[in-house]
Amino acid sequence: MRETAGERWGRRIVLTLLTLFAVIPLYVMVTSAAKPLQDVQNGFTWWPSRPTLQPFVDMWSTVPLARYLVNSLVVSSIAAVCSVAVAIFAAFAVSRYRFRGRGVFSVTVLSTQMFPGILFLLPLFLIYVNLGNATGIELYASRTGLVITYLTFSLPFSIWMLVGYFDSIPRGLDEAAQVDGAGPLRTLFQVILPAAVPGVVAVTVYAFMTAWGEVLFASVMTDEGSRTLAVGLQGYSTQFNVYWNQIMAASLVVSIPVVVGFLALQRYFVAGLTAGAVK
Amino acid sequence: MLSPTTATDSERTPMATSTTAPDADRRESRAGSPARGPARRPRGPRRSLLPYLLLAPAVVLELAIHVIPMVVGVWMSLLELTQFHIRDWSTAPFVGWENYRATLDLNSAAGKELLHSFWITLAYSLLSVGFAWLLGISAAVVLQRPFRGRAILRALFLTPYALPVYAAVITWSFLLQRDTGLVNHVLVDQLGLLGERPFWLIGDNSFWSLLVVSVWRNWPFAFLCLMAGLQNVPGELYEAAAIDGAGFWRRLRSVTLPMLRPVNLVLLLVLFLWTFNDFNTPFVLFGGSAPEQADLISIHIYRSSFKTWDFGSGSAMSVALLLFLLVVSAAYLLITNRRRDDHA
Repeated sequence: MRETAGERWGRRIVLTLLTLFAVIPLYVMVTSAAKPLQDVQNGFTWWPSRPTLQPFVDMWSTVPLARYLVNSLVVSSIAAVCSVAVAIFAAFAVSRYRFRGRGVFSVTVLSTQMFPGILFLLPLFLIYVNLGNATGIELYASRTGLVITYLTFSLPFSIWMLVGYFDSIPRGLDEAAQVDGAGPLRTLFQVILPAAVPGVVAVTVYAFMTAWGEVLFASVMTDEGSRTLAVGLQGYSTQFNVYWNQIMAASLVVSIPVVVGFLALQRYFVAGLTAGAVK
Repeated sequence: MLSPTTATDSERTPMATSTTAPDADRRESRAGSPARGPARRPRGPRRSLLPYLLLAPAVVLELAIHVIPMVVGVWMSLLELTQFHIRDWSTAPFVGWENYRATLDLNSAAGKELLHSFWITLAYSLLSVGFAWLLGISAAVVLQRPFRGRAILRALFLTPYALPVYAAVITWSFLLQRDTGLVNHVLVDQLGLLGERPFWLIGDNSFWSLLVVSVWRNWPFAFLCLMAGLQNVPGELYEAAAIDGAGFWRRLRSVTLPMLRPVNLVLLLVLFLWTFNDFNTPFVLFGGSAPEQADLISIHIYRSSFKTWDFGSGSAMSVALLLFLLVVSAAYLLITNRRRDDHA
């Protein structure tokens, strides 16, 4: 099927416009991270007057970025690993067993993903605060509380995508393992999981990204000690100065890991979305 | 809403079915299609418990973080839960529908503000979803056939979605600064389109700024889903259409869009719910609050709850928001399902 000249030019125009729209903010983020402070204080410049890496040095001392970074890393990693572990078992049950409540479980779990976050925020805030007062279990303003909250945020979609991956693994493999005398858990760990490694990695990255980027709960459920990047980055606007070059440098640094992870695994996200959508 | 049923189901069924399960299993594997039904040899009543045990951690977490708070939220909406009772909510008096009456009363100041916020949010969601879908489908269609550099463009297009939301939105708030932002630099200094430097983050312009940021952030998700959907369209359909003399628009209308219908149904609903509940974009873009013209409902509830510490009316507004979204989703699913039946 040949492309007509009109289609070719149409494609070029659409691609140029979309690329400009997508890329200009990214370009500004990267170049502004290399600007001296006066470049971002008096008008806008397309290129740093004197390219410098100083913002990448200064950003650690203007706000306690290292602490925010560690908090975000700890919370997001633990939440991601726990969420995927829980999701693996649930997805195994949904993919390989027919049981009563299976449909209800799938629909319910997925629909909580769509509910307004603000609906959970006020009660959870009160529950965490009151639980802390009553029992001494510190969930409010602690990293534990954030981990528990975030791991349920990524759970629905993780289960959904994993069910898609597990369904695509031929049941013949399970049956062969069962003939060899493997129980369900050994089948899961020795047959299904090794075949689903890319899917599991993709889902882990998704769960990490969800926790890494969460703003609403982070803004309410943290204090200075447990603050994550989502809230911490706002600290660069002080009463006297807005350190836009440092904000851009910090944004760049905290974005690179998740962007690289996402782009490296995009193929598997597409596969997960398709697998889920076919059903 | 549905979750309590899951809970009772998973508590009740193992016991109820433990004696009949092996039998039911055998019947099912004989009746079910051979490709789907795994050949399980039920060895005893313990077997039927296994799926529930596997689900237990997920169910417990969902109950603890989603279902119980939701129930508590409904209860809170019936209490006079003001700052005097926050520390110990057992002392908060029960007021029934009072919070709903006060916040949803369209003649009161609070009710008017809520209604205003509702209209803003509705316009924002519809426009944002519409543009995000339009850009997503354009990108998916023009990237459908392979060419050099396609992988790079795909990665560039997906990057806005992969960025952490606060990093993305904070970059936009830099672009939209009145004196130091790129937008005014291009529009005023370089192109000379406007004489005065407009403010983009306060006043009437703030709604449009919010919309552009939201579209920038969401269209890659539409692109990703539509790209996945297009991979399932058989190439022969296009060839057959081309042989019949169908041009680009005709192929789009008669092949691409009908084949993408299942993806679109889910995608549009999901995007609508996400943007309607959007909190992050205005919160980061406007630095913790939002101008009146961009006062989305989530941020409206957040601010009125934490400004006055009146969690009772905050919960009432949240519950009303949830009910509205449930009704809209149900109506959407009913209408789209009926239409599918008509076509079939």
